[in-house]
Amino acid sequence: MTSTPAPGAVETPFVPSFGEVDTSRKLAIICSKGTLDMAYPGLVLANAALGEGIETHLFFTFWGFDMINKKTMGDLKFTMLGNTATHMPQGLGGLPGMTALATHQMRKTIADLGIPDVPEFLQQIVDSGGHLWACRMSADMQHLEMEDLYDEVEDIISASDFIEKTAGAQLLFI
Amino acid sequence: MPTTTIDGHEIHVDAEGFMTDPEEWTEVLGKSLAHQIGIELTDEHWRAIRFLRSDFHEQGETATLRRISVVGGIPTKQLFELFPQKPAKKLAYVAGLPKPHGCV
Repeated sequence: MTSTPAPGAVETPFVPSFGEVDTSRKLAIICSKGTLDMAYPGLVLANAALGEGIETHLFFTFWGFDMINKKTMGDLKFTMLGNTATHMPQGLGGLPGMTALATHQMRKTIADLGIPDVPEFLQQIVDSGGHLWACRMSADMQHLEMEDLYDEVEDIISASDFIEKTAGAQLLFI
Repeated sequence: MPTTTIDGHEIHVDAEGFMTDPEEWTEVLGKSLAHQIGIELTDEHWRAIRFLRSDFHEQGETATLRRISVVGGIPTKQLFELFPQKPAKKLAYVAGLPKPHGCV
């Protein structure tokens, strides 16, 4: 049996497919670095995933703890030392004040693009529905408690708890 | 450039269905576009839409969520409530603008 459109029938409007959000997709990002330059990849990707409606969890471990430690999170640094991608002589990076200068420059470049600093970026991620978790072993190593950490960190959990929470997630280690 | 007809309005759209000519947009059409993606517009939706339109007019590109919250003064949490799951793209669609290109 064939069906022909009734006279005057309207064609189906062409609309972007927002409705087809895959609610089973999850992203887990392990943040293990405490330098300014290595803090941003995880934050940017978490923010992007949340904007696409993907459940996102960040787990802060080892040096990544500096991103959520109230004492350090606003003061992450960038150094040229050991980073050949700056394409500057390595000896230069060791001069007094060079890390402060490089940090200042990177902060300015990031701010000029309208991208928030680390504490504000974490708040944006939480406001977008993201989850922040702190690593139990790192907390023990650094003698830190929940009160030492950024207020939006949900809990200090073990590595196995994190693995359990993020069952089926795509995982990024940074 | 393909066209499609929404509630009797013929509009030019890109391969994904976003409008390509902001001048073709009207508030009446905005309401129809929102309806297509299951959103009934409230005053708060309109505040976001009007900011996005005027910011696009000034900047020549669609504001990201970050810009909508910092410059437009509409909190991120609220944007996720108004335009669930994909707020930046849904808002751009309803406002008849290209989706934002910025990362943050």
